Amino acid sequence: MESLWLSMKLAASVAAILLAVGMPVAYWLAYSNWRWKFLLESVVALPLVLPPTVLGFYALLAMGPRGPLGRLWIALFGHGLAFTFGGLVLASVLYSFPFAVQPLVASFEGVDRRLLDASAVLGAGRARTFLRVILPLSLPGVVTAAVLSFAHTLGEFGVVLMVGGNLAGVTRTVSIDIYDHVQSLDYGAANRMALVLLVISFAVLSVVYALNRRVGTPWTAK
Amino acid sequence: MDGEVNASMLTARIRKERRDQLERSFLLDVSIEVPPGITILFGASGAGKSTLLDCIAGLARPDDGQITVGGDVLFDSAPGIHLPASKRRVAYVFQTLALFPHLSAEENIAYGLSALPEQEIRERVTAILKLFRVEKLRIQKPGQISGGEKQRIALARSLVTEPRVLLLDEPLTGLDAELKSAIVDDLRAWNAAKRIPILYVTHSRDEVDALGERVITLDNGRVVSSGVPIDVLNAPRRKKLAQAAGFENLLSATVLDLRETDGVMRVRLQESTCEIEVPLGYATAGTVVQVAVRAGDILLATERPHGLSARNVLEGRIISVELRGTIVIARVDCGTTFVVHITPGAVRALELTAGRRVWLVLKTYSCHLVD
Repeated sequence: MESLWLSMKLAASVAAILLAVGMPVAYWLAYSNWRWKFLLESVVALPLVLPPTVLGFYALLAMGPRGPLGRLWIALFGHGLAFTFGGLVLASVLYSFPFAVQPLVASFEGVDRRLLDASAVLGAGRARTFLRVILPLSLPGVVTAAVLSFAHTLGEFGVVLMVGGNLAGVTRTVSIDIYDHVQSLDYGAANRMALVLLVISFAVLSVVYALNRRVGTPWTAK
Repeated sequence: MDGEVNASMLTARIRKERRDQLERSFLLDVSIEVPPGITILFGASGAGKSTLLDCIAGLARPDDGQITVGGDVLFDSAPGIHLPASKRRVAYVFQTLALFPHLSAEENIAYGLSALPEQEIRERVTAILKLFRVEKLRIQKPGQISGGEKQRIALARSLVTEPRVLLLDEPLTGLDAELKSAIVDDLRAWNAAKRIPILYVTHSRDEVDALGERVITLDNGRVVSSGVPIDVLNAPRRKKLAQAAGFENLLSATVLDLRETDGVMRVRLQESTCEIEVPLGYATAGTVVQVAVRAGDILLATERPHGLSARNVLEGRIISVELRGTIVIARVDCGTTFVVHITPGAVRALELTAGRRVWLVLKTYSCHLVD
């Protein structure tokens, strides 16, 4: 069960980082009028269409001892980034980026513009408008973003394999563990792990959808 | 600029070009002065009223011009001054009200007061809730509040910040007459106490009559007239405005002859043989003019009337009689169809029903020529 615990830790870290990083990016994507905005939108959506191995491959190159990120990391912390938990987190953040940003953008855009205008004429600056109006009204989107990035990270395989390898307790996540068991024809163990992952995923999604319905009601229902 | 110097006057000189979804361009090009008190902004939809208000509030940026309040510059294109909306102290009540749905009435009202100490926020919110008679809604969310009360809370939210200018975009649409007049009274009382420039957009004649000290009419992005309501609205110059100002009868007519000495001319209503006398206008015999007549300015008789000063008596037949609220709308066919407003009492006394033969009486000066 060490691999399961590792997967959970990875997914939770990635979801937390993505919320923090995704919010300003989503805010900009939702409200900017910049004419080349579509370029950034495309970059954000890239992980949706790229095979995880492509993303993992470039992440591995960048993190390797001769890659820009790898060298920076060695200079800062004295060890490399590839095949470490930190490297895994970083690659997963990139891979799950659209799963956090797109629900946030959609919910920010869904907030009635006149409410933002009302906030401005009542003297509120951008930060206050974001915290008091946009964020509370986008709560369902924030929850969705957190859960999707958590669940997506929990189930990822290709990127982990490319960047993390298969080091027990460091980078061997549950999906890799299952693959290992299948490779060694231990179907019983593979089945136990797979079932646990299935149940956890279902439970997490159920909680979120139930929660979303509840937080949605007071102001979405007219 | 103007002879009247006023400490808190709002002046706006604005040029702004806008394109709609079909890439048709619309140009707002106005210069207005709004002294303290209520000024009605009147005009058909699409005349540029909301764009003008957005520019004054700082939600839209004019291409060119200057906006000042009491001598302070809010916007000036020449040196590139554009004070953000949050720093203008211009309150704005939107047509949709835009109450924050996740905040209670009290929290909505307190929203614009965050810079004040907590004690003072509480006092001001309590005072204004009382003034607008909505204390009992303190902890309710907008979704649980009725239309008229929502309008009161939106007004309270704007007024509690003690703004320097108040913009109201049709804040009372969709309310019944009784509720409307109660809120109008609240607004008038508040206006009497504070005397700041208030720009009030409405389509409703009732609201103009109840509130307006001055009227500015906009048409297609330009100011077409301004002054006291009675002058501006009773003699509309343009067809679109005539419709907006409640002239139910808009008729095309061919000029027959001019009687300069009497100050009148005779016209024949198109698609009929009816001839009527209207005030003299810039026209020659044979040209087509538009005549606007208010439905409430037409008299209706069940016998051919005699001995009247009114010059126009038209015979016709009632097509329909329909009770709407406290007025009855009758449609009368005199070769062309007239809409006439009468009281329910008159309908009963004259036993007016569809098919009945009637005579319409129109005073010459109730017939207005519009472009």
